[in-house]
Amino acid sequence: MSNLEQTCHTIRKDIVRTLSTAGCGHPGGSLSAVEIATELYFDKMHIDPKNPRDPNRDRFVLSKGHATLMLYSVLAERGYFPVEELQNFRKNWSRLPGHPDMNKVPGADMTTGSLGQGLAVANGMALAGKRQGRDYYVYVLMGDGEQQEGMIWEAAMAGAHYKLDNVIAFVDRNGLQIDGPTEQVMGLEPLADKWRSFGWHVQEIDGHDLDAISAAVDAAKSVKDKPSVIIAKTVKGKGVSFMENKVEFHGKAITPEQAAMAMAEMEG
Amino acid sequence: MKLENDKTLVRSTRAAYADALLQLGAETDDVVVLDADLSESTMTCKFAEKYPDKFYNMGIAEQSMMGTAAGLATCGLTPICSTFSVFACLRSGEQVRTSIAYPKLNVKIVTTHSGLSIGTAGATHFCEEDLAIMRAIPNMTVIAPSDYLETVKAVKAAVAYPGPVYIRLGRGDAPVLYSELEDYQIGKAITYKDGSDITLIATGVMMQRAIAAADLLEAKGVSCRIIDMHTIKPFDHESVEKAAKETKAIITLEEHNINGGLGSAVAETVAAVKGEKAVVKILGIPDVFGGVASAELLWDSYHMDADSVCNIALDLLK
Repeated sequence: MSNLEQTCHTIRKDIVRTLSTAGCGHPGGSLSAVEIATELYFDKMHIDPKNPRDPNRDRFVLSKGHATLMLYSVLAERGYFPVEELQNFRKNWSRLPGHPDMNKVPGADMTTGSLGQGLAVANGMALAGKRQGRDYYVYVLMGDGEQQEGMIWEAAMAGAHYKLDNVIAFVDRNGLQIDGPTEQVMGLEPLADKWRSFGWHVQEIDGHDLDAISAAVDAAKSVKDKPSVIIAKTVKGKGVSFMENKVEFHGKAITPEQAAMAMAEMEG
Repeated sequence: MKLENDKTLVRSTRAAYADALLQLGAETDDVVVLDADLSESTMTCKFAEKYPDKFYNMGIAEQSMMGTAAGLATCGLTPICSTFSVFACLRSGEQVRTSIAYPKLNVKIVTTHSGLSIGTAGATHFCEEDLAIMRAIPNMTVIAPSDYLETVKAVKAAVAYPGPVYIRLGRGDAPVLYSELEDYQIGKAITYKDGSDITLIATGVMMQRAIAAADLLEAKGVSCRIIDMHTIKPFDHESVEKAAKETKAIITLEEHNINGGLGSAVAETVAAVKGEKAVVKILGIPDVFGGVASAELLWDSYHMDADSVCNIALDLLK
């Protein structure tokens, strides 16, 4: 197992442990995005956990703001705050709310949670980078259900219009949203064609393949004068067999028995 | 504060906004301006023409505009977003709340065509809800300037004021009330005129109607205090409490629904005043969508003409 794979493994265990302690949270879409966020935070992004507000840092906007089990586990493992603090997730008066608050969570670049808003914010960060002559990248992770929000497409237009080649967006294409499969609730396909027609550079990859994610980011960086979107095919609940591809684990707690089962499975 | 002597002088508040932006453009590179395809109407086009590299037209996409402004603000810039009031507070109200106000980002929202100022365009473009909506959003500062100079002061003070600020401006010409406002301060009401019998509290361009009504009342021997409540939040409770104790009645005037705006804020404050205090009469748009008429005629029809205000005041003082 490579170091990054090991880190993904650790983060998945953090997610399950934190979910179990909190008694609430969004495991499905957290587990599906582990490789994407790990590849970014542990390999690609120019960041320093000791200087989380460095103006030259790369940014990460979690547009699917409910995936905090994943974000907080990644930030903690990356050194922004102690891993033990994950046990305060969604606890009364803690600084780790169910959706990230940039003024509370160390390392969180934006307050998110209301779907559809992250891409426009990323555009603003990218415009600022170009204005201020800073060469950072802005990564934004969107959900696939979130693609149904009209504001995503307003921002898609703006990103292409302003040639924001410093925006690299991901769609966590796990195929499920709260009320069921995306294609049943409100069909998104052909999703890649939609993005292409909006003027974006589009790649479609396996979102659990770290090498594929890495290569896609490198390819996105080589594209000039247009923003990039990487549609990452993933499995909701990835890594915990009884959660995989199960709609109900979008936002559902687990029993202590289920937690033990999941941990045992991951310990292998 | 000095009052303008020339009572015939009129200038629109949106023209004041355009002039304030030109001053800011010359003073700083941190201020950037965003508009949603209404730059001719909001007059941000003048800034865009002079400082094209500091202006972003976001197209007819107010939600994207607010989100983009939030992102710019996280990087230390001071974005100012402009569109019509109704679109800013309703179409993109949630983006303002969640992506700007909640993280307390330094975004200024300056809107025009508030209230009924767009006249016969009809109620789709009126905005009688913004003060109530913006006032209910934590971290938001809410300002409604009354004239040209006060608008210039408000825009510049807002840029110097940390955190999100909402400023509502009108469309048409408004009487110039002030020739000097050195002591302008966000959150501090201006006593335009002192008086002891009744207090007229107005916000935005309704100041002109309060002044006209006070002229009639003074002619009848009624001493009128006029308070220019340019900031709706943070609210100047002190000036209202003082008026409630020192005068027998308060009439509020606003180009806004009678629910949730200036009148509500005044009534909430007066309700908490102990002992003998003034009665409060709220004038504004009586919870209806405005009809098809000029703004001036609509204000008259909602009893904000000088004669009606005068009669209401005399009745309250009986």
